[in-house]
Amino acid sequence: MQEKSLSEINERIRDGSVRVVSAEEMPDLVDELGTDGAVREVDVVTTGTFGAMCSSGVFLNMGHSDPPIKIAKAWFNEVEAYGGIAAVDLFLGATQPSLDRGDEYGGSHVIEDLVTGKEIDVKAQGAVTDCYPRLDLETSLRLEDFNQAVMINPRNAFQTYNAAINTTSRTLHTYLGHLLPRCGNVNFSGSGALNPISNDPDFEYLGVGTRIFLCGAQGYIIGSGTQHLPQGGFANLMVKGNLKDMNNDYLRAATFQDYGPSLYVGLGVPIPVLNENVAMKTAVRDRDIVTEILDYGVPRRSRPVIKTVTYEELYSGLVDIDGKEVSTSPMSSRHVARRVADALKNQILNGDFILSAPVQPLNHVGKNEPMKQTKEFPLVGDVMRKGVVTVVGDLCIHEAAKIIVGGTFDHLPVVSENNKLMGIITAWDISKAVADGNISKVSDIMTRRVFIVSPDEPLELAARKLDHHKISALPVIDKDDRVVGMITSDDLSRFFSRRRSA
Amino acid sequence: MKLLLHVSPGIVRQPLVSSVILETNALVNIERANVDAVCGEIVIDVSSDKCDVVKKAFEDRGVEVVLLEMPVIKDEDECINCGACISICPTGTFKFEGSKVVEDPGKCIQCGACIKACPQRALKLGLG
Repeated sequence: MQEKSLSEINERIRDGSVRVVSAEEMPDLVDELGTDGAVREVDVVTTGTFGAMCSSGVFLNMGHSDPPIKIAKAWFNEVEAYGGIAAVDLFLGATQPSLDRGDEYGGSHVIEDLVTGKEIDVKAQGAVTDCYPRLDLETSLRLEDFNQAVMINPRNAFQTYNAAINTTSRTLHTYLGHLLPRCGNVNFSGSGALNPISNDPDFEYLGVGTRIFLCGAQGYIIGSGTQHLPQGGFANLMVKGNLKDMNNDYLRAATFQDYGPSLYVGLGVPIPVLNENVAMKTAVRDRDIVTEILDYGVPRRSRPVIKTVTYEELYSGLVDIDGKEVSTSPMSSRHVARRVADALKNQILNGDFILSAPVQPLNHVGKNEPMKQTKEFPLVGDVMRKGVVTVVGDLCIHEAAKIIVGGTFDHLPVVSENNKLMGIITAWDISKAVADGNISKVSDIMTRRVFIVSPDEPLELAARKLDHHKISALPVIDKDDRVVGMITSDDLSRFFSRRRSA
Repeated sequence: MKLLLHVSPGIVRQPLVSSVILETNALVNIERANVDAVCGEIVIDVSSDKCDVVKKAFEDRGVEVVLLEMPVIKDEDECINCGACISICPTGTFKFEGSKVVEDPGKCIQCGACIKACPQRALKLGLG
């Protein structure tokens, strides 16, 4: 088996004889030369990715003011940064929205403004102590005015990420972009065969201390990322780099409509072709990398899988969903991912980037368990009113009016003979029919398109449905379409007000 | 070619599109229409040889007509070529050419779906 050492490769980088290819060029080379030939002919494979990485942020040290302040709360251009670390260290998270411009300007935009040399307005409130007497301060700073500005991202460069589709009848706005109703599009993220981890899934080289390309700077992998789950194909990296060395070409602020700000991070890792196993792994193609299209119409932690696809299918622009061709969009940029891999390649060829030996590999087993929720998690079934009076479509409106007047519900679900939901009428529908002189059957005036919930849905989702559709009641339906209860906005206000005051 | 029709309050209740079709004998495809009680905004598609005569026929009826030559404008410095605009567009205005996103302005109906779907805010609607 062909092998070589990292120091041999670094020697070639120093003497200018190193041979570097990008991860997209490697598969054809391995096909042509075999893995042993590829180890002989190629020293380094460069990877790259450029996608929205929400789990990103910057540690900023402002230096001490006179008189000194122990910052409790701080804002950069009205974006709050976390001040609960010592006196003048702050952490600015990428997804934090601003107080004045909301989602259109957030932490990621402050980071981008700093990188492009803009001046930032800083406001801070102090926790007054004998050693830090100052109450508050205002100043304006540029990137060069900070002692340190270090990007530390807890979870970047996911190996793969699920794609998203929407089976509901309304457009959803998500961190994977706008999802059109009735499976109108598929959005996905990831650079496929260029992804760093997909080129070293066994962590032969990726580890703590691996030197990487991070937004134009030379940064480091500092560990496995949060929610790192290599056994499920969801490995990711925790990384750091010096913001002062970063370049706006590889770092961009973004806003996802009705989701919030995020940061596009350009990250590339050089993979040394140390042996034939590495050569084989770096020959990965888009068609070898599999992910799942999930239904984001189900707003729960575990979303149904609609289809398993490869990145080749996703990048083809169309995927087949139940016989229908559905258009796909990447949310990450392969164009910039290629530029990351190329920039890293050029740095190595120029002798400007030496590969580091990792101190220890990334964890081969990770953990991404669901949240342990110890507080009550109310479901619709816990709060709904039972004993709902239903009516049949043939009933005359006069009788329906009597039922509403004599009962406690303003809404009457209309059901078929075998008790299945057909529609709904409200006191308002009846008033309107009477005003119009239209005294007929319930089925003539009922609303047929009824929004419903099931008893096992969380109460918060029922509240969102009521709010979104601007309605005041939802029939609760079991799996056989039978009405088992009703939940109204009154029920919700009562429930939440009691809980708040308890 | 695409024409954007601004229909003012005085004439919005008239059968403008059908009378123009009868007069010009042009095949007109309504791509988007937003007509309410007081005014209307309609985007139609018409073949290039009939474009001038259709435009004049609408103008004769008091409709303000804009030829949509640059319906959507992309800021190339802001665009990162992600492709978020591709699947959201109802008429297929955007596509990849290599790894770069290119647009076919002739397909745009100025619905605005891409404007807010662009995470970089790199797109805006042109005036004509």
